[in-house]
Amino acid sequence: MNNVIEIKGLTKIYNSSEVKVKAVNGIDVTFKEGEFTAVVGPSGSGKTTFLNMLGGLDRPTSGQVFIGGVDIWKLSSRKLIDFRMNNIGFVFQSYNLIPVLTAGENVEFIMQLQGKPKKERLQRTMELLESVGIGDRIKSRPSKLSGGQQQRVAVARALASKPEFILADEPTANLDSQATSSLLELMSHINKTHNTTFIFATHDQRVMDKAHRIITIEDGKIISDEYFDRN
Amino acid sequence: MLLSISWRNIWRNKVRSLVIIFSVALGIFAGVISASFFKGMADQRINKVINTELSYIQVHHPGFEQTSDFDNFIANAKEIQSELENISNVTAVSRRMSIQSMAASAETATGVLISGIFPNNEKKVTSISSKIIDGKYFEGISRNPVVIGKKLAEKLNVKVRSKIIITIQDMENNITSGAFRVAGIYSTNNNMFDESNIFVRFTDIQKLTSFPKDAAHEIAININDNENLLSILADVKDVTGNKLDVKSWKELSPEMNYLTEAMNMYMYIFIIIILMALLFGIINTMLMVVMERTKEIGMLMAIGMNKGKVFSMIVLESVLLSLTGGIVGIILGGLSSKFGETHPIDLSMWAQGYQQLGYDAFVYTSLDPVMLVNVTILVIITGVIAAIYPAYKALRNDPADALRIE
Repeated sequence: MNNVIEIKGLTKIYNSSEVKVKAVNGIDVTFKEGEFTAVVGPSGSGKTTFLNMLGGLDRPTSGQVFIGGVDIWKLSSRKLIDFRMNNIGFVFQSYNLIPVLTAGENVEFIMQLQGKPKKERLQRTMELLESVGIGDRIKSRPSKLSGGQQQRVAVARALASKPEFILADEPTANLDSQATSSLLELMSHINKTHNTTFIFATHDQRVMDKAHRIITIEDGKIISDEYFDRN
Repeated sequence: MLLSISWRNIWRNKVRSLVIIFSVALGIFAGVISASFFKGMADQRINKVINTELSYIQVHHPGFEQTSDFDNFIANAKEIQSELENISNVTAVSRRMSIQSMAASAETATGVLISGIFPNNEKKVTSISSKIIDGKYFEGISRNPVVIGKKLAEKLNVKVRSKIIITIQDMENNITSGAFRVAGIYSTNNNMFDESNIFVRFTDIQKLTSFPKDAAHEIAININDNENLLSILADVKDVTGNKLDVKSWKELSPEMNYLTEAMNMYMYIFIIIILMALLFGIINTMLMVVMERTKEIGMLMAIGMNKGKVFSMIVLESVLLSLTGGIVGIILGGLSSKFGETHPIDLSMWAQGYQQLGYDAFVYTSLDPVMLVNVTILVIITGVIAAIYPAYKALRNDPADALRIE
């Protein structure tokens, strides 16, 4: 399997007026193609900061993030935005869909930013929404969808740009247990059938139970990195 | 899709957006209707000056304008007149004598400007004949008829058929007098003009002063359309050569030309002041919009929307908000102004003051389509300016920080 992400000496220090806080403290780790990884740890352990630096959202104080061989923090801010658009899919805790767009338009939006032709966009939007099981809600606005359905649209949106991997920050935190297990089934299915790499930051035991790899972070450091055979 | 997102975003908070749209619509409506009103007023004033006083083009002896001297006349005026009548788009030509003199009734005397005219020609150039309110235009009095203004009639305390003595200087610089009888009294609603201008037949005053028969102090030319003014002016100059002074109404009455330009300028200043007041309301709304959507904008930037597109989205939202109000205001203002073109606004309550200055008591609005286009552009510019600061604030958001907002 190819290395998708290589992280070297990743550090983030928040300088407040009185104290320096090391949110992430020199992490070295590699993610391979097709991995289904959960990054776990108590609140304030640094997992969201770690994911943000990995996703090109939060600039590290030091260290490097290579995605497909590209040192992303050496890119200009303009190029970094394009890089995120083409290589990273995001799924957020509170879904974060565009409320004025329908489910279909939310998925199509990112392909439009990529400049894909309309025919291709519409076809892929339909395929993606059907694959996440809500093809019949293509014309519904987010406010008309349940939390679980909204998170499925978010997964479809994250997949729309055909990214190298998907970062999901607490994707199940706002969902009930039924919606959680069905979302996890869906992501696990996508991971198996399309070999899509998923990295979750989570507290949720149900997510951990599905993960093939669990990285535990405490005080900004990896304290354990374990692999599990879920087949 | 940006346009679609921006348009739908406007309607996320309907009440707030409608308040802004209504304010812009009201402001633009007021601007358009006022502009049409003042333009109508100025147009009416200018048309009146052309039709009653100036005509479109006048030809004089080069020295006449400065001194109005009796001796500064065009010797071959009759010949020039017939040549001018052949120019295309010239509808009528009238030659006149123009003399400063004293008019006296049995009670009092006052200085007046006498125009010696050929009544049938003059009818085609100026509209005094249609302004007669008492008596008739050079009819009913066979010997030395005179047409005077209402204000002068009141001042001299004369009526139709009353006698007026006119005292003037003749060709030999002798003071001479003639008895004239009032044939008609006109009223142009311009009191200053009515008080100081009287009209007599060219032949009568010519005999009284021994003025050459074929000469004139002034040749007045009427044309079919002000649009043709410049080309006809050039043709007239060709006919008269460089020996005579040829001037359009704009040069003869620069204050009238200035009136149009000044009205135009005031209209735009007025509309810009309205838009500046609205600008702050729109900035306030757009700031609220951006602050409420900090997390959403952070998410858009996270998933790959670049700063240019975020900026465009906010500017588009502001422009659409302003333009919706602007278009409503322009349509309402435009329709009201169109209505006012056939249904005059009655200012007769204050007419005396207006008439003193030469304005009509009934004002027809005059809608300028170019102004509507310019107002639309100004509204768009206002929308763009209003968005700059809020968009700048939005772009300063760090996506990672924005996404942490609960």
